[in-house]
Amino acid sequence: MTLKSVHSPILQVEDLCTTFGSGIATIPAVRDVSFSVNKGEILGLVGESGSGKSVTLRSLLGLSRRYGETTGSVYWKGDNLVVRSEADMRRIRGGEIAMIFQEPMTSLNPLLTVGMQIDETLKAHTAMNASERKARAVEMLDLVGIPAARSRLGEYPHQFSGGMRQRVMIAIALAARPQLLLADEPTTALDVTIQAQILDLILSLAKDFDMGVVLVTHDLGVVAQTCDQVAVMYAGRIVEQGAVRQVLRAPQHPYTVGLMRSVPENVPPRTPLYSIPGTPPSLLSLPEGCAFSARCPQKTVLCEQSRPHLTNETGERAVACFSRVETQGDAVA
Amino acid sequence: MTEAVLEIKDVNLAFKGKRTVLDVLSNRPSRDVHALNGVSLDLRRGETLGVVGESGCGKSTLARCIVRLYEPNDGEILFQGKDVFEASERKDRSYNRRVQMMFQDPYSSLNPRMTTRQILSEALKVHDMCKEVDIPEKMSGLMDLVQLPEDALDKYPHEFSGGQRQRIGIARALAVEPEVLIADELVSALDVSVQAQIVNLLLDLQERLQLTILFVAHDLRLVRHVSNRVAVIYLGRIVEIGDSETLFANPSHPYSQALLSAAPSLDPDDKGKKIHLEGELPSPLDIPPGCPFHVRCRHKTPKCTTELPRLRPLDGRGSVACHHAEEIENV
Repeated sequence: MTLKSVHSPILQVEDLCTTFGSGIATIPAVRDVSFSVNKGEILGLVGESGSGKSVTLRSLLGLSRRYGETTGSVYWKGDNLVVRSEADMRRIRGGEIAMIFQEPMTSLNPLLTVGMQIDETLKAHTAMNASERKARAVEMLDLVGIPAARSRLGEYPHQFSGGMRQRVMIAIALAARPQLLLADEPTTALDVTIQAQILDLILSLAKDFDMGVVLVTHDLGVVAQTCDQVAVMYAGRIVEQGAVRQVLRAPQHPYTVGLMRSVPENVPPRTPLYSIPGTPPSLLSLPEGCAFSARCPQKTVLCEQSRPHLTNETGERAVACFSRVETQGDAVA
Repeated sequence: MTEAVLEIKDVNLAFKGKRTVLDVLSNRPSRDVHALNGVSLDLRRGETLGVVGESGCGKSTLARCIVRLYEPNDGEILFQGKDVFEASERKDRSYNRRVQMMFQDPYSSLNPRMTTRQILSEALKVHDMCKEVDIPEKMSGLMDLVQLPEDALDKYPHEFSGGQRQRIGIARALAVEPEVLIADELVSALDVSVQAQIVNLLLDLQERLQLTILFVAHDLRLVRHVSNRVAVIYLGRIVEIGDSETLFANPSHPYSQALLSAAPSLDPDDKGKKIHLEGELPSPLDIPPGCPFHVRCRHKTPKCTTELPRLRPLDGRGSVACHHAEEIENV
């Protein structure tokens, strides 16, 4: 294992790879992903659809085992989760590591009351008795800002609105006091006003419980407003990684630069927006060199021949690019 | 620029709720969803009017009313001075040709069993746009217009990505040479970089073909980017309408202010001065009396709970439906 740093990370992911399919047609959905999460820290995973961010999250908990193969290591408190048995994983999922999913409409069981769904988690992961569990359920609903919590325990998911259902999801996820929360696009299906409420909630809970969070999103604005660290993914790999302020202020990978420039912020109205030319490569036929080379404005011959590794020159920031962008900030603003 | 192409006057639309036998016996009124409550606006020739609001506020219902997919209970929609819901106008399908809609979901808005060629030629034939022999030429022109390769004509929708499908949707709308385009969340389902491509295409087409666009979206940055004017809708009512730059730089209605401040900024240091909206959109089944926003408003007074504010013009700004628009400081 790696050296212990000042804040020893609670989650350390090294060279995580997930492959779907078998035989001739294998899809390398996630390749050599490494990152770590400290207590109370929020890591953002950003990228376009199909870049492997959700699969990475699922692979951490072994949820993609059924359909594919995961290699590499996921150290959770010094223990490699990738090789743990399904029975061991069941104890960890929902207990020490919890997950919230993108669609609050489909990820709750419509046939069970909200109270029962919170109770389920507590029964599985804590030694509380029935009255303690009920008290905790009320406390959790209260905590996530659901008014009249006690009376709403007996209600079914369809009686809640989208934002309220996402709060219920968070309440279920946090009921057993996890040390790590994995959030897969928790606000994508919600309106901006509700999104702001939910993100604030996650932010304050992370600080209050000293809980690590991995937040998957495609919205750079969400990353800017909530995360401490960010990793940008493209075609299954991390292409740029570092502190949010640094990466968003002065992105160095041409893909990150392109993503930031496509957001219509600080652009004169009704002028053409920047867009990255072309489309992401198919994971079935990735180029030999850098996966982004076909769309990259700064590609060189080298980029088409070999793949740049994620290198960490400054200690603070890692970029996988041979010709990283040096223009600081200006290109974006 | 100033001539109004479409005038929407005081449109109301309620979707009737089901009444059970019990409701009838106990004389309970039916539970209606009040989707639009007196919306009035004009769409001026050549402009882009952005319509923003939370989900369930009636933006899409308004768009669908305009293209005659829903008929309002009350009020009128005038296209070049004629009421489009009048019997004689209903028979005339030229309105459907001149006002075209583009839909949100690129996966369900194209028939999966038709090739692009069939999709486009159907539009051309229904409206008798050109002679049978000219169709192939017209179609390759359209492909060119939306920047798709010509071999896309013989492919089925599943062979395209989301962005490409939206281009086909745009080509289908443009095939019949419309004057007004209604874009209902045209790019919401797409990734940012693809979003930028479609928005650029739309802006370019607007200039070349002199289109008038109603751009319905919930992404405020995008609306700000494409629109000349913006209307903010809350519970089926316009609460603020005005010039896009003025409204975004200096929103007057407390709801617009909160909505704008909730949009996450790309600047990590731009935290903290958010206005937090408490609670959620009330149900359109049961709209609060007085100003519909008063239950979530930080500035409410007793007057707001009883009296409905009318949309009124403010000096140097757009029109605002708030009793206290003058006193409210912009944060």
